[in-house]
Amino acid sequence: MEQRSTRIGLAVWSTLVVLFLWIPLALIILYAFNKSNVQSWPIPAFTTHWFRAAWTSEVRTSLWLSVRVGLIATGIALVLGSAAAFGVARFRFFGREAVSFLLVLPIALPGIVTGIALNAAFVAGNINLSLWTIVVGHATFCVVIVYNNVLARLRRSSPSLIEASQDLGADGWQTFRFVIWPVLSTALVAGGLLAFALSFDEVIVTTFTAGAQNTIPLLILGYIRLGQQLPVVNVIAFAMIVLTAIPVLLAQRLMRDTGVLRRSAGNVTEAVESAQITAV
Amino acid sequence: MTRIRRVHVLVAVLAAALCVPAAGVSSGNGLPTSVGPGEGQLNLIAWEGYTQPQWVKPFEKATGCQVNAKYAGSSDEMVTLMRQGGGSQYDGVSASGDASLRLIYGHDVQPVNPNLIPDWKNFIPALKSPPHNTVKGVHYGISLQWGPNTLLYNTKLVKPAPTSWSVIYSPKYKGKITVPDNPIQIADAALYLAKAQPSLKITDPYELTSTQFNAAVNLLKQQKPLIKKYWALASDEIDLFKNGDAVVGASWPYQTNTLQAAKVPVKDLIPTEGATGWADTWMMSAHAKHPNCMYKWMAWVSTPKVQAEQAIYFGETPANPLACPIMNKLSPGSAAQYHCGASASYFNSIKFWKTPIATCDNGQNDCMDYTKWQQAWTQLKG
Amino acid sequence: MLFWRHPWAKALLLLAPPLLAFILVYLASLFALFVSSFWTINPLTTEIQHVWNVQNYTALWDSSVFRVVTLRTVGIAAAVTLTDTILAFPLGYFMARVAGGRSRAFVFVAVLLPLWSSYLVRVYIWRLILDDKGILNWTLGKVGLPAANIGYSNWAVWLIFTYVWLPFMVLPVYGALERIPESYVEASRDLGAGGFTTFRRVVLPLALPGVVAGSIFTFSLTLGDYVTPLLAGGASSQFIGNVVYSQIGSGDVPSAAAFAVVPLAVMGVYLLIARKLGAFEAL
Repeated sequence: MEQRSTRIGLAVWSTLVVLFLWIPLALIILYAFNKSNVQSWPIPAFTTHWFRAAWTSEVRTSLWLSVRVGLIATGIALVLGSAAAFGVARFRFFGREAVSFLLVLPIALPGIVTGIALNAAFVAGNINLSLWTIVVGHATFCVVIVYNNVLARLRRSSPSLIEASQDLGADGWQTFRFVIWPVLSTALVAGGLLAFALSFDEVIVTTFTAGAQNTIPLLILGYIRLGQQLPVVNVIAFAMIVLTAIPVLLAQRLMRDTGVLRRSAGNVTEAVESAQITAV
Repeated sequence: MTRIRRVHVLVAVLAAALCVPAAGVSSGNGLPTSVGPGEGQLNLIAWEGYTQPQWVKPFEKATGCQVNAKYAGSSDEMVTLMRQGGGSQYDGVSASGDASLRLIYGHDVQPVNPNLIPDWKNFIPALKSPPHNTVKGVHYGISLQWGPNTLLYNTKLVKPAPTSWSVIYSPKYKGKITVPDNPIQIADAALYLAKAQPSLKITDPYELTSTQFNAAVNLLKQQKPLIKKYWALASDEIDLFKNGDAVVGASWPYQTNTLQAAKVPVKDLIPTEGATGWADTWMMSAHAKHPNCMYKWMAWVSTPKVQAEQAIYFGETPANPLACPIMNKLSPGSAAQYHCGASASYFNSIKFWKTPIATCDNGQNDCMDYTKWQQAWTQLKG
Repeated sequence: MLFWRHPWAKALLLLAPPLLAFILVYLASLFALFVSSFWTINPLTTEIQHVWNVQNYTALWDSSVFRVVTLRTVGIAAAVTLTDTILAFPLGYFMARVAGGRSRAFVFVAVLLPLWSSYLVRVYIWRLILDDKGILNWTLGKVGLPAANIGYSNWAVWLIFTYVWLPFMVLPVYGALERIPESYVEASRDLGAGGFTTFRRVVLPLALPGVVAGSIFTFSLTLGDYVTPLLAGGASSQFIGNVVYSQIGSGDVPSAAAFAVVPLAVMGVYLLIARKLGAFEAL
């Protein structure tokens, strides 16, 4: 247990950081009620007019497109990302470093490079820009996020866990459920959440892979460019915060519950790891 | 580097024209002679403010073509967007004079038949077949509107009221100046130098020899410490003026209108040295998927009423002078304010955007082409 | 040895789907782009001409603007990573090891929700905060301090990036710290180490992979972004992405492709350093 002063200090720091994160958000919500369509301080007058103005078919179509793209891209990312992380973490093979580097490319390169490269590839292959081209573009960096998170977790856990579990008589599914999942769950949930958030919010790669449709970020960019209905984007952001509170709470629940299992799995981990340390 | 010969362009143009999807009965040269039924959708690339619901909604109702607009803030963006997806993503673009020739020579747009646009014959003569959208008699689009790049200033904080572009090059308002983030700004500097340094003998701000070019770039380099921000989006400049970060700068009438509507004390003018400007054309993509809707759109925005509405909204001048009385009905005095039906001399005083190419009008080949402009601009911004 | 027990086979099987996906779509198109960096363009039509040359690369060295922009981008990316680590680590520690169940849930949700409120809108509201007549200056004025002139500048860009990527650093750090068994800390205490020594020699090394994972996000996301510098930057705030964007905009794809190699190289070096620091070998 840490000293009391340390714990208080940490609590204070955390409060300040959370405030830092939330004051701009509070302002975003405040400006959703701004009467003027030019953003300035202080607010000249308030209105709820924009809430009605925001719910157009244009916004609904973009929202639906963004949700679909996000879900599909995150799904792909969870599968491919963890598979890649497993491969890189658990096995030594020729070209391992190269694969590791390749998998960071989509985030290392400026988004615009990924965008134009993919765009050129679609043109060359005569593929029409559609939902699926957007998904491909998003999947490239979503895979990286999941891969990174899972890899960091795998490097910290022991490879012999799986062998130990199998030695103790568990089959593949039981091993997954009682050993692998508790170890990985927080990494997967965190990775999946981050991947979805990044996909939902992505504008650069999407500009080059979306054709004439709009995801929510592209729509917001259009509204910002025009500058005629600015508070509408604040309304959209406000709605997003409110709507996503529920899935995020659920995700937190999920991670907390596996914490219980983690403690029991953690005991196994500790036993194995301490055995390793004494062996060394 | 091979020069594009006119013959090559003509052959390519004819080949492209023959590929136009049948939009009605085709005449001998490949252009349609009538507009068929609408395809239900229309994807456009437009300047901010060119596709307002005020005239888009009636169009959608009348033709059934649902309009999908993507905004672009510079000609460079428009050219890039037009080329995406093999050129078939968008049906049309409201290209300014510095993008139109690039699109024509890059085979990104197709010829159109101006006779299918009923109001075309009413256009002012200078915009019926201007060199920036008509090559060897072949029309690649329908002129839309035109306007100047203005000097915008805050009437409360900039005193006395400026009359010359020198106000954005002098340190008096250091740190509160803004100009567009666009390589074509070099032409504005050249325009100013044409009067301020006559020894440079600049006649056309888009055809600059290396001496003239370097002088313009140097002027911009001296201006850089005075600049708060190079605005890329129209709303950037609106924010800058609204929130006190800029008090004077180069602008479009669109910003003036929006700021004045938001009760910011601003005014704009064309200074004594003159102004650069833009003459926009609606061009149809070479691989347009909805050509009938595009023809219907071009006809729609050429009608006097829509021309008037758009001119007032953006603050520009219609190509169709029949719009002038309607402008005065919608907003008294607006026709004169935006130079509707202006004399030819006013029209000629604006140096419209055009793509800088290596061949100068005097027959020499030593003018700076656009890639040099773009490189110099990137260098300048640092 | 049975085929499917051989490490090679397992690796191949696991890696085949993702590698295939990447190779087919992504790497091939990147390679095509890279090849085009050795070509030129026709200045009028901006069509790519297949004339082999290395001018695009020599220009990177000759022209000072590329060096300046690269240094600025890398510098701000490093600064953002540093500030995000400083902000996120104590927060992650608090969430993982100090906070009770309810506080942890609250902070977790509080950290994640901002990610969903649209990057563009968040950048835009920061513009308002940092404007000349914006909220920051207004607040400073109320307490008698002089106005901070950081709107539309590299300071603003650094601040906004720190703000936007912070959740990406908090989550991996939290995950890593949460995984450290309490027994390790107890054992360290039993062996006589004080609080700080325990932290420095037990907790910190074990948390390092999480910090590295988070830093890869903050560093590379900043390295490749061009929207924040475009919206909130000043007159001298070009990032690598902005230059690439304007080169593409004027049709000069070969130059853009050549300059795009630079952030690749930078990330390569970054990952090498991270590996050398032993960040990838936890125990």
